[in-house]
Amino acid sequence: MSELVWILVAAAIINNFTLSYFLGLCPFFGVSKKIETAFRLGLANIFVMVITSVCAWALNTYVLPYAPYLRLMSFIVVIASTVQFVEMTIKKLSPALFRALGLYLPLITTNCAILGLALFQTNRGYGFFEGLFFAVGAGVGLTLALVLMAGIREETELAEIPDVVQGAALAFLIAGILSLAFMGFAGLFSSGA
Amino acid sequence: MSDRSAFQEEMTKGFWKENPVFVQLLGLCPALAVTNSAINGLAMGGAVLFVLTGSSFLVSLLRNMIPKQVRITTFIVIIATFVTVVDFTLQAMAPTVHKELGAFIALIVVNCIILGRQEAFASRNPVRLAVSDALGMSIGFTFALFLLGSIREILGSGSWMGIELFGAGFEPWVIMILPPGGFLTLGVLLMLFAHWKKRQAAQAARLRKEAA
Amino acid sequence: MDSVKHAGPVRLIATLGLAGLFSGVVLVTVYLATLPIIQRNQAEALEAAIYRVLPGAVSRKAFAVRGDQLEEISDSAAMQVSEGVVYGAYDEAGNLVGFAIPAEGPGFQDTIRLIYGYDPRTKQITGMEVLESRETPGLGDKIMKDEEFLSNFKSLSVEPEVVVVKPGTKSQENEVDAISGATISSNAVVSIINRANQRYLEVLNRATGGTPGEGSGRGQSHE
Repeated sequence: MSELVWILVAAAIINNFTLSYFLGLCPFFGVSKKIETAFRLGLANIFVMVITSVCAWALNTYVLPYAPYLRLMSFIVVIASTVQFVEMTIKKLSPALFRALGLYLPLITTNCAILGLALFQTNRGYGFFEGLFFAVGAGVGLTLALVLMAGIREETELAEIPDVVQGAALAFLIAGILSLAFMGFAGLFSSGA
Repeated sequence: MSDRSAFQEEMTKGFWKENPVFVQLLGLCPALAVTNSAINGLAMGGAVLFVLTGSSFLVSLLRNMIPKQVRITTFIVIIATFVTVVDFTLQAMAPTVHKELGAFIALIVVNCIILGRQEAFASRNPVRLAVSDALGMSIGFTFALFLLGSIREILGSGSWMGIELFGAGFEPWVIMILPPGGFLTLGVLLMLFAHWKKRQAAQAARLRKEAA
Repeated sequence: MDSVKHAGPVRLIATLGLAGLFSGVVLVTVYLATLPIIQRNQAEALEAAIYRVLPGAVSRKAFAVRGDQLEEISDSAAMQVSEGVVYGAYDEAGNLVGFAIPAEGPGFQDTIRLIYGYDPRTKQITGMEVLESRETPGLGDKIMKDEEFLSNFKSLSVEPEVVVVKPGTKSQENEVDAISGATISSNAVVSIINRANQRYLEVLNRATGGTPGEGSGRGQSHE
């Protein structure tokens, strides 16, 4: 059990998908201007990641050993279908939420973090539960990064910033400092434990 | 001939005016992840060039035959095919590069640049223009990655294209080849570009005032 | 161009079907064409690594570890399995030099795959080589290249187990000097080896206990 928790914590904080592995950057820089939106998008991502992880595990175990060249294709089709499904469900269950998230939902498909999750899980040979915990950890880490970035940017809206730094440049500099901060978690996990 | 100049225009806009990384801010994941060295940046650029040009060619060729409702799915199938081809070919022909780029070769399939260009351009334009657009964007992307990779490699490893530059006394600024370095390099570059653009705009305004 | 704006379901399915068919054909072709090359590359790299971690060896055989038995298997079968395989290496006279044990485990950043040589007669590790790692460039990736670190593994005792110590304080035969600035990666390598030792050493020691050589002539030389 502790190893599973470790996988989750490692994915969320120590090897944060966004700040250490450079995944999920498009929403990170595109959506992260309001904490509310960032949080909701993060939750949607977690949901898609968990489903993707389970499907990837099933594919890896039962189908792909016979056709390894279909790995990428099957993963991306699963992701695209899951996102479509999530979109339809949210539209039906909560039109208000759908309107708030609207444009960003289809973008989850091209979020490298989701596909990256499936690929890493495959490379590391994770089983069903390991994959699940990995997915939750990765999703939580992604949400954490999104919310942190949104929070900082909300604050900077009121600050005086030289105009050459405004916009994208500032976002990257903030991201760099965040990434630096997260590197401090490196010693948390001693692989000898 | 307007035909040739249109072709040229499509090709060159991808390099500077609409550079996918520096201007459109697309394809950021590989732009930061594999630019820890100049060669890796070049290799990723090459792979994207193959995938983008091939997909744009096919999509443009078949644009009148793909129904609107399934176009995104069809695009994705085409792109994923090209990416898988690149993945296996690299693994066979250049295993070292393949290992360096790792999972990011497969992640080309969700590179927003590729799907974006199919949707915005290739599916609505004839083959020649689509291919030139693809080439232009790819070259611009490769340039961006090469620039990022070179800066990070020189500062972070003391070498360029694998060639040692500074000798033993140089203490490399290791953070540059780590994730924070990636973010910071791009941030500083964007700052420099913004500054340069500001000066250009100020100059143009000044020239206009003098002419008036 | 308007004719395909709202196509019927047959048209949709046909398009997707054709796309899938085209994709399938291309993928299978490329896969079949590149598979032999990829496998050959992997086999060559592995073979070179085996001979580097077991100096003096010139031929090898693959064994699957089943329970507490060693079962000889073919090279291609060995490449299919991801774990539970060790390689016996033999010198020119056909005597056993030692076993090359591939192992993997979590490093600081992603998985580390390595292979190390073990001599059951001296109960020592004869060499270690990192096959795959994504450790921090300039720091953790020294586990791949740093001569001083690698020399720790040239005659490393495994009893009672391998232990990591602060850089420069190695005093016992079973100790490994960590790389300063890359403690986690150094620890990871030793953990991986200890875990593999726990799994395989008993079987290997027993299989060679008393028998000087496993070689029934030279090992495999095809491919």
